Amino acid sequence: MSETAELDAMVDAAAAVLGLRVAPEWRAAIRAHLAISLGHAHAVADFALPDEAEPAPVFRA
Amino acid sequence: MSGSEAALTPWAGASEIATAVAGGQVAATAVTAAALARIAHANPRLNAFTDVVAARAMARAAAIDAALAAGRPVGPLAGVPFAVKNLIDVAGLPTRAGSRINRDHPPAARDGTLVARLEAAGAVLVGALNMGEYAYDFTGENVHDGASRNPHDTTRMTGGSSGGSGAAVAGGLVPIALGSDTNGSIRVPASFCGVFGLKPTYGRLSRAGSFPFVASLDHLGPFARNTGDLAAAYDAMVGPDPADPVCTDRPAEPVGAALDAGIAGLRIGLAGGYFRAGASAEALAALETVAAALGPVQAVELPEAARARASAYVITTTEGAALHLQRLRERPEDFDPDVRDRLIAGAMVPAAFVAQAQKFRRWYRDAVLRVFATVDVILAPATPCVAPAIGQKTFVLDGREHPLRPNIGIYTQPISFIGLPVVAVPVPLPGGLPIGVQVIAAPWREDLALRVARALERQGIVRAPVPPAAP
Repeated sequence: MSETAELDAMVDAAAAVLGLRVAPEWRAAIRAHLAISLGHAHAVADFALPDEAEPAPVFRA
Repeated sequence: MSGSEAALTPWAGASEIATAVAGGQVAATAVTAAALARIAHANPRLNAFTDVVAARAMARAAAIDAALAAGRPVGPLAGVPFAVKNLIDVAGLPTRAGSRINRDHPPAARDGTLVARLEAAGAVLVGALNMGEYAYDFTGENVHDGASRNPHDTTRMTGGSSGGSGAAVAGGLVPIALGSDTNGSIRVPASFCGVFGLKPTYGRLSRAGSFPFVASLDHLGPFARNTGDLAAAYDAMVGPDPADPVCTDRPAEPVGAALDAGIAGLRIGLAGGYFRAGASAEALAALETVAAALGPVQAVELPEAARARASAYVITTTEGAALHLQRLRERPEDFDPDVRDRLIAGAMVPAAFVAQAQKFRRWYRDAVLRVFATVDVILAPATPCVAPAIGQKTFVLDGREHPLRPNIGIYTQPISFIGLPVVAVPVPLPGGLPIGVQVIAAPWREDLALRVARALERQGIVRAPVPPAAP
């Protein structure tokens, strides 16, 4: 499957789960933005962190 | 002189205005009327204001004049006109946040905390300012209200998303404006428009009564044309606010009294690596000018800055999408298409990446705090280039063409990601457009960034240049 086809499949599946409509004329931009966001996401995921690493947000009751 | 504004030019700063009003040299009503006249004259050209609250402003100014006449205290910003990005609540206006959709909201019942605090210090709100839709923007363009335009060249972007704030201050319409900064939305327009901007420490200034974008990263802060005004606005707003759960309960730590403490003994770092790659000749020239003026500087590296930017990007697009999910389902055609398509894509990013980005945020914070054990302040470019043309879609970074909109904030994002306080200082380049430099300090040390900015201003290295077609 090409990268474009993979992204299109992801857009279709996620849109169905999220209840979002993707008009045909929006698809190319959404696909491009998703590719950029996933590129950044993988850069983050590739960084090894210990299981005990605490996430940053702090909630004080 | 009373009742006339003859002694004050459109470029009078907040402190100058407040001194003249408090001293009875000019009436607050005259100052306000002059600001309203400047807005009426210049706004068709700059498109900085989306709302002008003339009747409210004149009533507020009259109350200040009455208080003065009765010998009552009027506050350190007496009669100073200011305006706020239209995501901050103004009683009686729907808080549109740059969108079409939010215009259907009922009018705000009360002012946002920072508006109330500035007015408690005597300042006079004159209106609300244009911005990129829902603050997901670095350009200052807006499909619903039109682009805000750069006072130094109205064919150029103001930068965003606080574009109206940059234009209003740089264009001489008001001496102080408020904006918000999630990834650079104060520092980018400050850079492109050639004014000072302060993004305080995350949690320092209350966000209560403002429309959110990314709760993990949202900050509010002031713009001004000089460091004294920036500090005065900050001092009037700082302090705990139970209405914002993120706002610190540290006592207010005002900065004005120590602004002129100088920089002797401060260790200045110059960010390298990531913060040089992709910078235009103008951005590097501004950075080097500022660094040279501060004496010996030491090169520092912020470890994993590219990954920090990537993490900020992921948190932004996913939290922003979550905020707007219902609106994306129900009214997608009413969004700015550039914003809608990014948000829809953001909703589709798997959650595992977001959790990792928040974990990385703490790792990166700890790593950068270790750098601050060796320096007090770090210098970095604010934007990779001077203001691009309105409508421009791509630009060249590091020899490669990139989409413009998501990449203007490459140098601001790794800093706001961990909430560090920053003063964006404007460097006027000979014969060209201004560009900003970030003066970055450790958390809660706004005072140090402002002292360095003040020292640079005193040397004449940084200043807000008067644009060519000034009012």
